[in-house]
Amino acid sequence: MRYIPNTGSDREEMLAAIGRSSIEELFSDIPEPVLKRFRLLGLPPRSEIEVASEIGELASANEGAGLIPFLGGGVYDHYVPSIVAHILSRPEFYTAYTPYQPEVSQGTLTAMFEFQTLVCELYGMEVANASMYDGATALAEAALMAERINRRGRIAVARTIFPHYRRVLETYCWPAGISLVDLPYSRTGRFDPADVPDRISALIVQTPNALGVIEDLAGMKERIGDALLVVSAYPPPFGLIEPPGRFGADVVVGEGQPLGLPLGFGGPLLGLFATRKDYLRQMPGRIAGRTVDADGNVGYVMAAQTREQHIRRARATSNICTNSALCALAAAVYLASLGSSGLRRLAGLNLEKAHYLAAGISELDGYELAFTGPFFNEFVVRTPEEPDSVRERLRRAGFLVSPADHLEPLGVERGIRIAVTEKRTRDELDRFVAALKGEG
Amino acid sequence: MSYPNEYRYTEEHEWVKVEGKEARIGITDHAQHELGDIVFVELPAVGVEVKRGENLGTVESVKAVGDVYAPVSGKVTAVNEELEGAPETINRSPHQDGWIAVIEMNDPTEVDSLLTAPDYEKYVAEG
Amino acid sequence: MRTIFEEPQGRSEGILPSLDVPEEGASRLLGEGLLRSVPARIPELSEPTLARHYARLARANYGVDDGMYPLGSCTMKYNPKIDEDLARLPGFTGLHPLADPELAQGALRLIYELSRLLAGIAGLPAVSLQPAAGAHGELTGMFIIKRHFEERGEGERRRILLPDSAHGTNPASAATAGFSVTEIPSDGEGMVDLAALKDALDHTVAGIMLTVPNTLGIFEERIIEITELVHRSGGLCYFDGANLNAFIGRARPGDMGADLFHFNLHKTLATPHGGGGPGSGPIAVSSGLADYLPVPRIALEDGLYTLDWDFPRSIGSMHSFYGNFLVAVKAYAYLLQLGDEGLREVSGNAVLNANYLQERLKGTFMLPYDRLCKHEFVLSGKGIADGITTLDIAKRLIDYGFHPPTVYFPLIVREAMMIEPTETEGKETLDRFIEAMEKIAAEAKEDPQLLHEAPHGGPVRRLDQTRAARDPVLTFPFSD
Repeated sequence: MRYIPNTGSDREEMLAAIGRSSIEELFSDIPEPVLKRFRLLGLPPRSEIEVASEIGELASANEGAGLIPFLGGGVYDHYVPSIVAHILSRPEFYTAYTPYQPEVSQGTLTAMFEFQTLVCELYGMEVANASMYDGATALAEAALMAERINRRGRIAVARTIFPHYRRVLETYCWPAGISLVDLPYSRTGRFDPADVPDRISALIVQTPNALGVIEDLAGMKERIGDALLVVSAYPPPFGLIEPPGRFGADVVVGEGQPLGLPLGFGGPLLGLFATRKDYLRQMPGRIAGRTVDADGNVGYVMAAQTREQHIRRARATSNICTNSALCALAAAVYLASLGSSGLRRLAGLNLEKAHYLAAGISELDGYELAFTGPFFNEFVVRTPEEPDSVRERLRRAGFLVSPADHLEPLGVERGIRIAVTEKRTRDELDRFVAALKGEG
Repeated sequence: MSYPNEYRYTEEHEWVKVEGKEARIGITDHAQHELGDIVFVELPAVGVEVKRGENLGTVESVKAVGDVYAPVSGKVTAVNEELEGAPETINRSPHQDGWIAVIEMNDPTEVDSLLTAPDYEKYVAEG
Repeated sequence: MRTIFEEPQGRSEGILPSLDVPEEGASRLLGEGLLRSVPARIPELSEPTLARHYARLARANYGVDDGMYPLGSCTMKYNPKIDEDLARLPGFTGLHPLADPELAQGALRLIYELSRLLAGIAGLPAVSLQPAAGAHGELTGMFIIKRHFEERGEGERRRILLPDSAHGTNPASAATAGFSVTEIPSDGEGMVDLAALKDALDHTVAGIMLTVPNTLGIFEERIIEITELVHRSGGLCYFDGANLNAFIGRARPGDMGADLFHFNLHKTLATPHGGGGPGSGPIAVSSGLADYLPVPRIALEDGLYTLDWDFPRSIGSMHSFYGNFLVAVKAYAYLLQLGDEGLREVSGNAVLNANYLQERLKGTFMLPYDRLCKHEFVLSGKGIADGITTLDIAKRLIDYGFHPPTVYFPLIVREAMMIEPTETEGKETLDRFIEAMEKIAAEAKEDPQLLHEAPHGGPVRRLDQTRAARDPVLTFPFSD
C-alpha cells in the first residue's frame, strides 16, 4: 500500500524496540468480544487505474452535468477564473491544518484575514468570520446568536427565504426552544414590514429572496427596535446594489458558492457570516486578527478564541471547529481576480441577461412574470401549462430549471424559477425562449 | 506571591476586602498568573443581586476563560470600569487596582467561613 | 505579511465578456435608490501580481506535503492525489444539486455506496452524509437524541455525560442542543472512572459522549461495561469518531455499544484538511434511531436512485443539500483503493508508529500514562527544565522542520503534548522526530533562550497573541 512508507523491516525494527512480537499484540487492549464481532466490508483493494475508471463512470452517469443550468436556489453557475483552481491546488494550502500554530500558518491566516475583509466590503459590515459550512447553517447560527442576545424565544421569518434554508433553520431552532413566525408576501414578491410582530429576537429576511425579488430593506431596522435584523444575502448583486450593511443590518449571512466554487452537487459550500463590532463576542466561528511578532513585523493569528469551543466548551458561541477554509480561500482569490470593477461588471452582465430573458419570455402567450418587485438574476414565471411539461420541453432542449417541489412550499403554483448568469450567451437565451414556444 | 492578611479568599481564587457593610472583590495573584495576559473582563451590572456562589462575571485571557463567582450574597454597588479599557490592570495589580466589583452584603457573617491568607496560601501550594 | 490590499494596484479586466444583449441600464431596471452608493474596496490586481501574492502566502504555510504533522486527534495523514483529481471530474463539479435525480444517478449512487461502506465500518446500519464536519455530526447526533427522548415522553433526560478528556466540540454540541453537560473524571489509568459514571447515571441522563480511544490515546478497556451501564439506565451512547484511525479495519463502534457514531472524512479517510475545512462528518446510527436521520435520504428503487423525503420523524435537515459531496468523492476513492486489507494496514501501522514514538520518547519526556497506546499518546513538557513550557518546546520544533503536536490538550494533563504520527509517516521520519525532540530537551537545559525565542527564521517570529486579543484588528485598516 503505497500510502504507507514503512517496509516490513521497518516494522520489525520498531516492534523489537517496543518489545512486541507482532502488530496484533498492539490491539490486545480491545476487548475480545469486540474483536470477534468484527466483520469485513468484502472490499478488495483497487489500483489507481481501476478506481479512476470506476469513479469516472459514476461521473459520466450524471446527465445533469451536461445540460445548461438555469438553476439557482443558493447555488449558481458562475464562471470561475482559472487562477482559482491553480492556487487552491497548492499543497501548502490544501494539506495544511487549522492554523493553531500561527508562525507556520501565515499563508492560511493572511488569506483568512483577506477573506474577512472582502466579505465585510461586499456586505457593508464591520466584522466577518472565516467561514461557516454553508448559507443555511450560517443563517441558523445567526438565529441562535440573536436568541442568545435578546432571549425572546421568537423569531420572525419572511416566507420568502429558500425552503431548504427554512428547513435547516427549523431543525436548529426547535432544540433551542425558538418559535418561528412566518411573514407572508404580496404580489410584489416582497413581504410587508407592517406584518412584523413585536417581542421577537430577530427578523430574518433574504435578498434577493427565493422568488428572485430584491427586498426593500430601507427603514426595516428602525421598525423592529432592538430585535436583530438578520439578512441572508446572495453575494453577486452587491457589486452593483446597496449592501445590507447600509440599511443597518445587524447580521448578514449568505452562501459563498457563487464566489469561485463549482456546483459540486451541492457541497462543499461556503457559509458567510458578518456582523457589527458590538456583537463580536457573540459571533460564532473562527476569526483571524492582525498583530505583530517579536521583531515588530505584521503577522496574523486566530483572534478572540475565547468564544470558541476549544476554550469555552459548553459555553462557546458555537460548536464549529472545522469550517470551509479552503472554499473561503477560493472566494478570496475569486474576488481579488475580478476586482471591484470586475464585480460591478459581473453584476451588470447577470442583471442585463436575466432581464433580456425575462422580457423575451413575457412576450410569449400565457407566460408572465409572477411578481412585480425588482429582481437581479433570478425570477419566477407563470406558465400556461403544467410546469412539469414545460420543464420537460426545456430539458429536451438542454436546459434545467427549478424543480416544482422547490416552489410549492413558497406557495407558487404553475411556476418555474429561472436563474441566469454571465455564462449564458445570447444564443442560449434565445434558444431557451424558442424551446418554451415549442420550436427548435 | 503575597496575600494581604486582612483579606479573605475563596477556593475559586477570589479575594474579599471588607469595607464596612461592603465587600470589594477581585481575583487573586495566583488566578491572574494561571490565566496569563488578561484581555477582556466581563463585569456584572451595577444594581444586580447575587447569591453567594453565583456567577458574577468572567475574566478572559488569550487561552482561557475564568469564571468569577460571588463570594458573598448581596447587591453590586460598583464595578471597576477601568478594566474595560485596561484589562491588564488585573495582571499588574490583582489585589488593589484590579478589583472587579463591590457588593453590599446581605449577611456579613458569610465572610467568616472564607479562607484566611495563610489557609489560602496553603491551598494554592497543595495545587 | 503583505495583504492583497497592499499589493500594487493594476488592472483586472479580461475575465468577463462584453454584454451581448441590448443594454437597459441598472438604474432603469432597478431604480436609482437600489444602486450601490459607495463601492466595495476590493483591490484591482493584475494576474501576475495575484499569482505571486498567493505563492508568497503558500511559502509561509506548512502542509502535510511539507513534513510530519503529528497533531493528536487530527489524523494528519497524506492526501492521495488521485482522490483530488476524481473530485474535479466535470461530471461531478458541473452537477447542480437541484437537478432532477434521474439526471444525477452517478452522484446519488456514490452517496448511496459510500453510505453503505461507512455503515459497514461503523457496525451501524443507517448513515447520513449531510453533516459538513465532525462537530456538525455531533450536533446532528445530539438533535437525534433529544428528539428521541421527547417522542418517548422522557423529556426530563436533559443531561449528557462526557469524560473530562473530551474534545471541546463535545460539550459545545451538547449545549447547542439544549443539554447540560456533566463531566465524568478519568481514573488513575486515564480511563473513565466507572464508579463516578455509575453515580452520575439516573433518569435525567440522555446519554454519554465518548471518544474511543480517548484523547490520551488510551482504549477504554471496559467499553462494553460502560455502554451497558448507560443503556441499562435508559440512555444512549454517542461515539465521537475522531480517533477511528486507531482501530479501523479491526473493530467497529457498533460492536462496542455505540448507538450513534460520526466519521471525520478529513481525518481517517484522508480527505485534505484545507487549512480548516471543508471536512465532512457523516453520522451512522442504530436501526432504532434511523428514522430521525436528516432528510432527504438516498433510496434505491427498481434500479433508480431517488431522494426520499418521507420520514416524518426526521429531525429535519442539517445542510442546504446532501452534505459535502466532493469531499465524499475523495473518501470513496480512498476506501475503494484500500479495501479491507488496506484499512487493517492503516490502523496497524498507525498504532505501531505511535507506540514506537512513545517508547523512544518516554526516557526524555514525562509520560503520564505508561502503557500500550493506540494511534496517539500524550507527553508532558513538565520537568524538562526550569522556566521551559510546552509552548517553548513546540515553537522550537518548528526550527527543526516539524509541525508541533497538539499542545495544552487534553486538559487533564498539564503542559500536554498530544502526538499522533499516523500511518503515512515512515520509521526514518519518526527517528528524525525523536532526534529533534531529544536535542530540544538538551537545549532546554543548556541554552533555554533558543526555545524561548523560537521559532527563528520563518516569515515571522513568535506572534503577540495578547495584543491581537486586546485590540482586535479583524479587517484590513484601510484608513491607516
